[in-house]
Amino acid sequence: MMNYTGLDRPKKPGYFLFWKTMFVAICLLGIGFIYAAADFVDYNWRWEQVPQYFWLDKDLEVRSEAEGDLTKIDKTAAGYTIIIQDGSHEEIVKLPPDANIFLMEGDYVYMGDTIAEYRVSKPGILLEATYVTLKVSMLAIVLGIIVGILTGLMRISENPCLRWLSVTYVELIRGSPLLVQIFLWYFVAGSLINAMLDKIGLDPIPALWYGVFALAIFTGAYVAEIVRAGVQSVHRGQSEAARALGLSGPQAMRKVILPQAFRRILPPLAGQFISLIKDSSLLGVIAVRELTKATREVISSSLMSYELWIACTIMYLVLTFALSVAVQYLERRAVR
Amino acid sequence: MISAKNVNKYFYIPEELHALKDVSLEVAAGEVLVVIGPSGSGKSTFLRCLNRLEYANSGSITIEGTEVLDPNCDINEIRAEVGMVFQSFNLFPHMSVLDNITMAQMTVRKRSKKDAEKKGMELLEKVGLAHKYNVYPDQLSGGQQQRIAIARALAMDPKVLLFDEPTSALDPEMVGEVLDVMKNLAKEGMTMVVVTHEMGFAREVADRVVFMDGGQLVEQGTPEHFFTKPEHDRTKLFLSQIL
Repeated sequence: MMNYTGLDRPKKPGYFLFWKTMFVAICLLGIGFIYAAADFVDYNWRWEQVPQYFWLDKDLEVRSEAEGDLTKIDKTAAGYTIIIQDGSHEEIVKLPPDANIFLMEGDYVYMGDTIAEYRVSKPGILLEATYVTLKVSMLAIVLGIIVGILTGLMRISENPCLRWLSVTYVELIRGSPLLVQIFLWYFVAGSLINAMLDKIGLDPIPALWYGVFALAIFTGAYVAEIVRAGVQSVHRGQSEAARALGLSGPQAMRKVILPQAFRRILPPLAGQFISLIKDSSLLGVIAVRELTKATREVISSSLMSYELWIACTIMYLVLTFALSVAVQYLERRAVR
Repeated sequence: MISAKNVNKYFYIPEELHALKDVSLEVAAGEVLVVIGPSGSGKSTFLRCLNRLEYANSGSITIEGTEVLDPNCDINEIRAEVGMVFQSFNLFPHMSVLDNITMAQMTVRKRSKKDAEKKGMELLEKVGLAHKYNVYPDQLSGGQQQRIAIARALAMDPKVLLFDEPTSALDPEMVGEVLDVMKNLAKEGMTMVVVTHEMGFAREVADRVVFMDGGQLVEQGTPEHFFTKPEHDRTKLFLSQIL
């Protein structure tokens, strides 16, 4: 049986085998070229150094910063507290419970002596930064959806005030670069708001939140257009049927129009949110230590720019790929 | 039940059109009124004016004494009393058959889910589709979808049902099943206004037949009178073309 769906002459089986092989060959060639080029300029690959930036797992030595008698070692459930008497000054060293202490009470300690050693096992800077990127993106996505739905519905409202507000918002946001908007949020709105909070005695809002606002407001403008298009794409007969049954406008919107619109706008929304994850890389400029900024920091200390930029790219791909898989799952579930 | 007086309707898009010209019509409770006429004659527009899916420009339309054209009337309350069946069914594709029927009962009539589902199953039984309660509209044939749409309208316990060419979008072999449901409703004494091209249905079921052309109500009468001795030339011409 032939299961051929194209419009041209059916291809022979060898055709597909050949071109699939070709695809793999091109991919390998690309990777091979990068390695060959790096080899040519004598780049020293140090991939084995990369994992420590994702998970830190090593012995840490604690050295004394003072000189004097070790007067006391206190053990509690929270860990050890060591007191070194340096003349009239008491130097207090706190250690975790699993620390291996090399000294005893009464020992004399010189500056730089190894007091103890303990094992640290915790997420590395790049993993922490990935978490920040994820957190910022998710918060911005949730806020962006809310802002986008509201302004998208305002856009098709009869009320001219709501409609013009929405148009103004969308045009302003879409007409200026995201980087500039981030600066505006942090250096203008942010410094203003934080100064006001300071005046009435409240804590300032961290930079991360201004980043979230900037991304959410930026994305909201695009989501608004997507929502508007989705709502308008639902056949007029649907709202007529709902209204003819006696549903009010908002009821018809909620029960009949929006559920159908959402199914249609899921793919463009997914694209928008994937963009948002990538755009979060700009937040480094306002001192939010997300994946890109953390990568730059690590590179400036380790000088392994090739490995780390590749690792950084892979982390973004993991995030965006996870998101598109999640959306595909939603789409399949909402196939009606 | 329904009283329309000097109803005028204009359309301005795509070009100015006087779609209804001083249409006056009364529908008594329990009456089956069939509206026929060539396409573009304004019969669907008139039907849609009755529950204000189109807002008539002038005149008066009252349903059970309530003025539909009064901007301050509670149009949602009126519409809940006036069921409508569309040419293209307009079932909600994202809901199962039973949900299609229960949703408005729960939202508008504030019935409990249990009551609404009981009512829904009764009506599905009535239109012969109880076994399809759990499927989605796109898995049903056109005739089945239209019967569901009728059940959906009936679930609100409407005082009158409006049918806007209910069989025009159906394959010929499915027209019968929908007309059978409508005939049963007529027998039960439901007030119905039916815009249709099914002359057999008009002849058999209608209490009164109305002929519209060019936005005007040209002639009306009992089916016997209408189909055997039409008075106006336009009616005669129309009947000679379709019969």
